[in-house]
Order: sequence, then structure tokens, then C-alpha cells
Amino acid sequence: MFNYGYFSFASKEELLTKAAEYWNPGKVKFWQDAGTPMVIDRREGYFLHDMTGKRLIDLHLNGGTYNFGHRHPELVEVLKSGLDYFDIGNHWFPSVARAAFAEKLVATTPHMKYAIFGAGGAEAVELAIKTARYATKRKKIVSIIKGYHGHSGLSVATGDERFSKIFLADRPEEFFQVPFNDPDALEQELKKGDVAAFIIETIPATYGFPMPEDGYLKACQDLCHKYGAKFISDEVQTGLMRTGVMWGWQGYGLKPDIFVCGKGLGGGIYPVSACMVTEECGQWQVEDGAAHISTAGGSELGCLVGHHVLEMLQRPEIISNIDFVANFFARSMAEMMARHSDLFVGVRQRGLVLGLEFDHPEGAIAVSRALYENGVWAIFSSLDKRVLQFKPGVVKDVELCQEIMDRFDAAMPRARQLLRSMRRVA
Amino acid sequence: MDGGARLNVPDRDLSSAHMKVGRAAWAAKYYQTFDREAVLRIAEAVAKAAFDRAAEFAELAVEETGYGVVEHKTIKNRLCTHDLLDHYRDMDLVTPRVDEDRKIIELPKPAGVIFALAPVTNPVATVYYKSILAILSRNAIVLSPHPMAKQSSVAAARAVAEAAEAAGAPSGLIQCVEEPSVPLVEEIMASDKINVIMATGGNMMVRAAYSSGNPALGVGPGNAVAFVDPSAQVDAAAKCLVDSKSFDNSILCTNESICLTLEENFDNVKRALRTAGAHVCNEEDTDRLRSYLWGDKGFNLEAIGKSATWIAERAGIRVSPTAKVLVPVVPKPGQDDLLFKEKLCPVLTLTAAVDFQQAVTFAKHAAKRGAGHSAAFHGNDQTHLVAFSQAMPVYRVVVNAPCSQGAAGFATYLPPSFMIGTGYSGRSSIGENVGPQHLVHWTKIAFGSDVPANLEVVDLSQTTQTPAPTASPMATVPDPSPQTDRNEIRQLILEELRSLKGSL
Ligand SMILES: Cc1ncc(COP(=O)(O)O)c(C=O)c1O
Repeated sequence: MFNYGYFSFASKEELLTKAAEYWNPGKVKFWQDAGTPMVIDRREGYFLHDMTGKRLIDLHLNGGTYNFGHRHPELVEVLKSGLDYFDIGNHWFPSVARAAFAEKLVATTPHMKYAIFGAGGAEAVELAIKTARYATKRKKIVSIIKGYHGHSGLSVATGDERFSKIFLADRPEEFFQVPFNDPDALEQELKKGDVAAFIIETIPATYGFPMPEDGYLKACQDLCHKYGAKFISDEVQTGLMRTGVMWGWQGYGLKPDIFVCGKGLGGGIYPVSACMVTEECGQWQVEDGAAHISTAGGSELGCLVGHHVLEMLQRPEIISNIDFVANFFARSMAEMMARHSDLFVGVRQRGLVLGLEFDHPEGAIAVSRALYENGVWAIFSSLDKRVLQFKPGVVKDVELCQEIMDRFDAAMPRARQLLRSMRRVA
Repeated sequence: MDGGARLNVPDRDLSSAHMKVGRAAWAAKYYQTFDREAVLRIAEAVAKAAFDRAAEFAELAVEETGYGVVEHKTIKNRLCTHDLLDHYRDMDLVTPRVDEDRKIIELPKPAGVIFALAPVTNPVATVYYKSILAILSRNAIVLSPHPMAKQSSVAAARAVAEAAEAAGAPSGLIQCVEEPSVPLVEEIMASDKINVIMATGGNMMVRAAYSSGNPALGVGPGNAVAFVDPSAQVDAAAKCLVDSKSFDNSILCTNESICLTLEENFDNVKRALRTAGAHVCNEEDTDRLRSYLWGDKGFNLEAIGKSATWIAERAGIRVSPTAKVLVPVVPKPGQDDLLFKEKLCPVLTLTAAVDFQQAVTFAKHAAKRGAGHSAAFHGNDQTHLVAFSQAMPVYRVVVNAPCSQGAAGFATYLPPSFMIGTGYSGRSSIGENVGPQHLVHWTKIAFGSDVPANLEVVDLSQTTQTPAPTASPMATVPDPSPQTDRNEIRQLILEELRSLKGSL
């Protein structure tokens, strides 16, 4: 019996039936078919517990949402203390939490002028695109093929058509896509003189973290400026120290005109996102401050948590820990690849952002399942299923990291077996 | 106006301290594979850096705490650098030991993360000492200073940590809590992420260390009795006593608290003490001193580590400006006089027993207040020395030398130490002067006694490594592989690994 006080379920099966019936049959079926039918029950630190009681180490972290792990005690304390004083606030009015958080965000990126808040990543992307259009008085937005910026109206139009066509939300006349790591293709579009902005994830997550080639991002940024377009960095998965610096673009010598962040900004306990803009881009806030409205955007509770998230990320102990974790996985993955070179064929890494390549078009699905069976939860890349996303958090400790590698090693024979049967079917 | 914060803010210091422990565990993981050469290189670098700044930090410590004497603190700090290292240089805690006769191989296993308290009395010396012990034993250390000495302790720890890192230690090997507090120390001591506690400080802290649930090396307070036997060279003994008591104004737990002699020798000792620079109190002075040092709330903290003349003035006693030590006199050795308790200041209580038997009985009881600690014996009568040592519940008897320095290994051949093990008598797990060997355990590979075994051919070279700097996968380093030449890179990595491991 799963009695939660407010509701109860007799069993995991009952929950799955009801979830399919009332919530989302497609998602329920998908995970069952994939062999990873997880229903997260308890969670703490970097651990998830399925309703069956099975414990999983979380290396998905929802793209960095759980950068500090689940329900980090310090963040929970902050939110609880915030609840004794604030609520989501009134978006119309200036507020102490929003002003303080905006100031703290701007301080991490001095060339930016304003922080504009939302509740989710897609909303921040929405703001970024609107801001670029306002600043350039142009409409066209260029993104990369297999880029991913969320599922709201404008953001979904930048992405893979799998997510837009179904809702008739693709807008081929306003949104163009160019191949990744191909500055020339971008220039062809920019040359036309009608592009408002080029938006790109600093390392494309849903595409499996392919690394930008040396100088690629900088070339894109320079090209944008050459042709009067804005350069937008999507930092939803690469921001917040995940690549070893506060914002991923800082490590590539960039100065985006606009960038967006979300996910881990709310510590995984209260949603908040931000779109950072330069003074020039943010002029609409002077012209008509109410041009964009979001009741839950920049909620005061979210701002309080976000403020503390930034403070924690700036501590020297955390920065050093990130370095240790990143180095550990760099070494360990190289060793693991040598041990299992028949299927494990590549590692893409920058800091705590790793993509592991497997030698099969759907290799990462098999590995994800094999890891799941061995107590580790890591998700494949939706847009490149050869690649497993492997995303350790900033406060992982040495023992847990070692345990992950031990489990990884133990899971490889099972992955091999799964792949063999997949090959037979194919 | 300001009614304090409207919101409750989590204890940032506590949270940072937990993070330091996590960081230390990473450092320990790598450091415990370092080879002996690398360990000694780091130890040398730290000893040198610590020596170079010993005087500066001594000054800082005296300024911050108001305890002790800069020149003496400088000496103590320096003793915990090259001298300490020299003492332990040949103690190999890194290389596996092979005993072919007993068919036993021993592999050293460092503790991991040490959580170490540094007391207000010897802040810098303790930071130095515990850091060097950690380095020699291949452990990481998180130091927690006494709140009253945090600035000097943090500064010293930083200097030591920087020197260690510059010499190749993993970052985070030596860290120091910047804002210590009692709740913080209690919580970190109980953390399952630390492997051993080195507790020096007040009794409460030491007991808390032992109650934490973690392995602990804790040492208690002292109350050293110096017995001046009739066989002693009184003048030499008195000189030792005055030197010892005036050294850093007695702010060492090894300092003598009581000078005990026999009645037949009483006047002789008094005279010798006077000659050596002590002010021997008359009855009235003794009373004044007693009531000054023990107010309503126990020992008067302001007297700790102050000079004899300073204390005399506060107590209302007229002494010569050259007086180095104050000697209150309690003619009969009873147990109840407050002056027989521990005094971390240059006050040495003089008393006399009717005979050797009574002296030993008294000394043994007085020493219970600093049980397991130290005592001193002045004289040449071996029978008395053995009888005294056998009766005393202490683990060090310093002979014909100043006890402050002697018990801490600086005027004797005892191991130099700022952790004087008070053993079972003092409710401690350790009765010796703590050294790096106490921070390592050994895995014993024991072959069957009747089974033939050739230990000579066992390859132990993989138990340590020459530390190699690793390329950082962080944003500050240019990217590796564009996808196109991924195979090439992979090949390179594989080759590198093969060459590392010999074969795959
Ligand atoms: C890079 C990137 N941008 C934007 C988003 C959208 O964020 P949200 O789901 O909070 O709307 C995501 C979500 O996965 C993302 O990974």
C-alpha cells in the first residue's frame, strides 16, 4: 500500500494504470517498453527510489535541474524559510527577492544589464527571441539542426520538427536551421540580412553533447554581429558551473547578446528561469515594462532559492569539487572505454557534461537499460540515440563516483547482450 | 532599527565545512597512492614554508589570543617544521613491508580524512604539526581552530596548504574551517565522511570527539607534578622549572603545575627557585594569588598565558620586574587546595612532603587531575625514580629536564608532539606522543605458517604511483576531439592506457 495521506495506490501497477488512464498513456508505455519503468518515489541526494524500493543513482539530473542532488538540505531550508515570509509574489511590482536575485545574476556576467525572469526554460527562450526581435526589428530566427530550446510557441519552432509539426507549430517562414559546427551555413542565412538572432546551446544537450569545434561558437557570434543579428546562448544545461565555469559561454571566450538559463537555477525545488540581456537588447523594458508578463515568472520563492543556488555555486569548495568530479570521470571513462572498446567508442566531455558514445544507432537505449538494472539512471539523447547523457552533479562525493564506475563496469556485459539482440532484430 | 534578519538563513559555515570534508575525501583518494618520494617532497616544502613564516604567525597568534610569548611561540612553531620532519623522515609509512621470516606482507592504508582540532594555546604549532603528520601518513586533513585563534590558524593553514599544493599535493589536502563554532565541530565530528578525529583542546571537546561515533585520538589536560628528590642538583632543577614555567608563559599542557619536594629539602628548593628567577610567595601573597586565580567561576581565564609580572600586578603582589615565575607555597600537601590544579600560566605551586612515601601518594592523586599526562623527576636516585614512575598515572616522566618541552619531545628523545597521548588513565585511546604512524593502519597479508611461500617474487610496485598531473576536462582547457578525428583520439587514448598498464 502506498499511502501518501492525500492519495493512495495499492501498488505500482495501479499507479501505472491510472497514470496511463488520466495522465499520459504514451509516456507510460514508452518507459515500459524501454525496460526502465521508473516511478520515482522517495529521493534524496543523488539517489532516486522507484516505487518498488529499487534505488537508482541519478545521472540524468533532468539536465542539471538536480545539480545539487535531490532536495539538498540547505536549499530546502532556504525554501522553507522563504515560505514563512514570501509567496510567489505579484509580478507587477518591484520586489526585494527579484531585485536581489537580478543583481546577483548580473554580477556573474557584467556585460549584461537586466535579468528577465520566467518559470521555465522555454519561457526564457521565448523572452530571448522576443527581445532579439525587438532589438533588431527583424523576425527570422536561425538555430541548429537537432538543437533543443523547449516546447513553447517560439522555442519549439527553433527545434526538431518531431515536436512542432504534430501541433502545426512549425514556422518555416520565420525559423531556419543550419548544421552544427558549420559557420558557413550560418553565414549563408545571415547574409540575407533579415535574421534577428542565432540561438544555440553552448553544447547541444538533446543532440548528445557533440562538442563545438575550436572557434566555432566564436565564429558564429562574430558572424551574427557582422550581419546585425543577435547571438543567443542557451545555457539551460551548460550554465551553473556544469562546464566548470558559471556560464558555459565564458569558457569559449564569448559575449552573447542574450543568454537563457533555467533548470538548476531553482535548485530542483522551485521553478525559476532567467533571460539575461544587454542594455541595448533590454530597451523594451524601458519602453514598455509590461510588454511581457508572467504570473509565475520570477516568483519570489524561486528568486530566493536561485539567489542561494548562485551563492553556493560560487564557494571555493564547490568549484574544487567540480574539478575533482570532472577529472575523475575523464580518467575513469577512458579506462572504461579501453575495457569495453567493442561497444563503448567515445566520450564527449566538458566539466560535468558528458556524452558517451556507443557503437549502435540505439546503443544508448540499451546501455541506459543495462545501467538501470544495475542501479544507475542515465538517459539517452533523444536526438541521437547512440549517445548516453551522463551528468554528474556538483557535490558528488568520491565514494559515490567510484560506485557509479563500478556499477557501470558491471552493467557492460548486460548492455552487450541487449545490443546483440537489438542487432539481430535490426 | 535592525531587528536581525527577517528570514532564517542556513548556517553557511557549517555547510561549507561539510563541503570541505567532501573535498578532502577527493584529495585523500589521490594522495594515498603517492609514492614516498612525492610524500617527502611535499613534506619538505611544507616544513620550509612553515619555518619561514613561523615568527610572523607567532606574532599573529599572540596578538590574536593574548596568550604566550612571541619568541617562544616562534620556537614552538619552528619545532613543528624541520625538527618534526627530521624525527619522522625515516619512518616509512608508504612502502609495503615484507617480513620473509614470518611470511607476512603489510600494506599501508591511510585513514583518509582527518578532522583535527587546533587549540587556542598552540594554534599555529598545532596546525603545522597536524598538517605534517597528515602529509607523512598520506591523509587529507580538515583543521578546525579554536574560535579565539581562528585568524592565525587559518593563515597558517593556508600557507601550509599552498606550499603543499605547489609541491604537487592534490588540492584540498589541507583545509581549515574559517568560522568554527561548537555546533559546527560537533556536527562535523559526527559525520560519517570523516575517518579519524585528532582532538586537542578542552576536556569537553575531547569527550565530544570520543562520543561522536567516529574513531578519535583525543588527549586530555595535564597537571604535571615535578618531584625534586633529595638526590637532585637543586640549582639545576630550579633552573629547569623556571625555564619550563616561563616558556611561552606556561601555555603548554606539559608545563609543571606543582613542585613537590621533601621537607628536609624545602628551604633549599625555595632558595634555588629564587636564584633561578622565581618569586616565592609568602603566606599572604599565596592567598592573594589563590583568590585571583580562582574566582567564583573556576580558573580566571584572563591569567592564561600571561607573564608572571602581569599576573602579580593583577593579583596585588609586589614582585621584582625580573620575576619569571610566581611560586605560591602550600606547606602541607593536601588534595583540596585550589593551587594544586592545572595552571596554564607561570604559577608553580610549591609543597613538601614528610617523606618519599607521602610524596608519591600526594603526587599520584594530584596527577589524577591531569591523568595520563606527564610528570617530572629531578634527581639521581634510580630507585625513587622507578617507584615514582610506577605509581604515577602518567605516561611520561621527564627526568632532569624542563617538562614543558621535555614531555613534548623537544628537550628529550621523545617524539616531538603537540598531542600528548593521555592513554587509558586519561580516558584516551592513545598513551604515546601522537605521530604519523597512528594515522595509518596496515593490511596484513599472512601466509600459512607451514605452507611454502616465496615473498620475494611478490610485485608490490603497483601499490604506489608517481603522481602525474592530469589534463583537466574543464572549460579552461581547449576542447579535445572534433567528431571527425574521434577515432584517432580514441586510438591515442587506448595506446596511452596500454602503455600505462603494460598490456591489456
Ligand atoms: C537546452 C535547453 N533549453 C531549453 C529547455 C526548456 O526548458 P523547460 O523544459 O524548463 O521549458 C531545455 C529542457 O530540457 C533544454 O535542455
